[in-house]
Amino acid sequence: MRRSKYDIKSLPGFFGITILCLFILYAPLVVVTVYSLNDSNSITNWEGVSLRWYVDVFSGHESQKFKIAAWNSFTIAIIAATVATTIATLAATAMVRGGKFKLRTVSFGLISLPLMVPEIVLAVATLIFFNSVGFTRGYATILIAHIAFCIPFAYLPISARMQGIDDSYEQAAQDLYATKRQAFTRILLPMMIPGIISGYLLAFIVSLDDFIITNFVKGAGVETLPTAIFGSVKQGIKPNIMAISTMLLGVSVILVTISYFVSKTDNKK
Amino acid sequence: MAGGAASGGSASTDTYKEARNWLLLPAWVYLGVFVLIPVIMMLVYSFLTKEFRGGVVWEFSTAAYDQFFFDRGLFGDEPAKIEWTYITIFWRSIWQAAAATLLALAIGFPTAYFIATRPERARPMWVFLITIPYWVNLLIRTVSMKFMLRDTGPLNDVLIGIGLINDPISIINTNFAVQLGLFYSYLPFMVLPIYASVERYNFSLSEAAADLYASKWVTLRRILLPAVKPGVIAGCILVFVPSMGSFLAPDLLGGAKNFMIGSLIEEQFKGNAGNWPFGAAASMVLLSMVLIILMIFARQQAKAEKEVS
Repeated sequence: MRRSKYDIKSLPGFFGITILCLFILYAPLVVVTVYSLNDSNSITNWEGVSLRWYVDVFSGHESQKFKIAAWNSFTIAIIAATVATTIATLAATAMVRGGKFKLRTVSFGLISLPLMVPEIVLAVATLIFFNSVGFTRGYATILIAHIAFCIPFAYLPISARMQGIDDSYEQAAQDLYATKRQAFTRILLPMMIPGIISGYLLAFIVSLDDFIITNFVKGAGVETLPTAIFGSVKQGIKPNIMAISTMLLGVSVILVTISYFVSKTDNKK
Repeated sequence: MAGGAASGGSASTDTYKEARNWLLLPAWVYLGVFVLIPVIMMLVYSFLTKEFRGGVVWEFSTAAYDQFFFDRGLFGDEPAKIEWTYITIFWRSIWQAAAATLLALAIGFPTAYFIATRPERARPMWVFLITIPYWVNLLIRTVSMKFMLRDTGPLNDVLIGIGLINDPISIINTNFAVQLGLFYSYLPFMVLPIYASVERYNFSLSEAAADLYASKWVTLRRILLPAVKPGVIAGCILVFVPSMGSFLAPDLLGGAKNFMIGSLIEEQFKGNAGNWPFGAAASMVLLSMVLIILMIFARQQAKAEKEVS
């Protein structure tokens, strides 16, 4: 019986295609990483392993540009993720613990709107908005736009986590004369921490990685890492771009991995 | 507990019912002001007159849509003919996105199936492996793709190395390069929804079919595939929609001949040559198409759910 069940599920060739799929997904990432270690002035020739292009990123003639871009990218990502996570946590509490209400579907539609509208359309709309209300494009406009599209990315893991928490804990707290506010801050919020961290990290990565919307609303002179990389790539792929890309890639992979393991904690209890 | 989460929130309660509106207010205000109003503004802009150095003049005009669909000659006084330039770009975007979707389905379905038939404890790890590349910067992934596909890049080196070809094949700046780029960008989106529906599929149905001497492939096609169809459609939409409006893959991999709608839109807002109302109109056309696709999809999903219950 066990044998036949196993047979039904396994289809010939599917394992091979899965390996191919993973190969396709990872090959470009591996190639960038490997070539960032290339000790050559051109990206075409392989001349042995060295870290010279990493040194170049921090002290080469473009280092000043990258430093400013990195500062902009990381500060925007930190602020955008913080604000978006706060808004998303409050919204998730209303959506998951607020009973049935008329505007529930509309609210959910509004929260997921940045995900449904194609990114380039959102970029155009945001640019037009800033232009017509007379905001000068720069750091602030990037930040405002980032918070908006970070909200759904923070919301999804947070609300998923909250749906998994039985409300009997909060009921018990209230039976013991805790106010609703206390039940929220002392019981629900601590239990929500893994979901909130996970949502925060996803929002952070999405902000750090965004190119299209940033490119539209940044204005002249203000660059983030992706727009700086794009500007350099337009003149040809240089080895220092490989190095800076590898570092950015590393940050994303590490944060996603943390997010994954944090969101898994306690799920089995 | 897990059942509550799966059925879409039976774990949801009304503990904070009184505070509900206050809790939702920041999200409403923020997304209303910085997402919903901008989209409405864009609709308004698409009906304004263009200012020659970028920007708009506040005068009602349908010129932007007229320019998109009709050709009235150089001075605008000839009888209107259909303007094919932009419709062709639009059509190319649809076609490129469709090709990328089919590629993603061909690789994504077997992968999703394979992962869903692993032992339960191993599945999250596989899913995690599929999602990691999605979180890596799309720009970096596309640049890397450009690097790999170059005439003297690793792909050609490998193909020549194993003796499959003698001379490097030029892939960069072709339609195929764009399709590969789009396929690669959104492949994880195909795998995840199909995985979710195959995982829920009751394999005893397949066993019943096998007991009645159906072959594996017949069982897959006639029993499993209809059951997991919503997941397959969801995957196709999640790949097709972002592909159609994509900017990076056609810009970096396609070159000037393989222009897609994203590049057309971007061009209208760069420098002084831009035509803002036209860019807004092209964005509106793209947005309307996406919303129609999503609406048809939502209706189908609702119908499928009704059939199940």
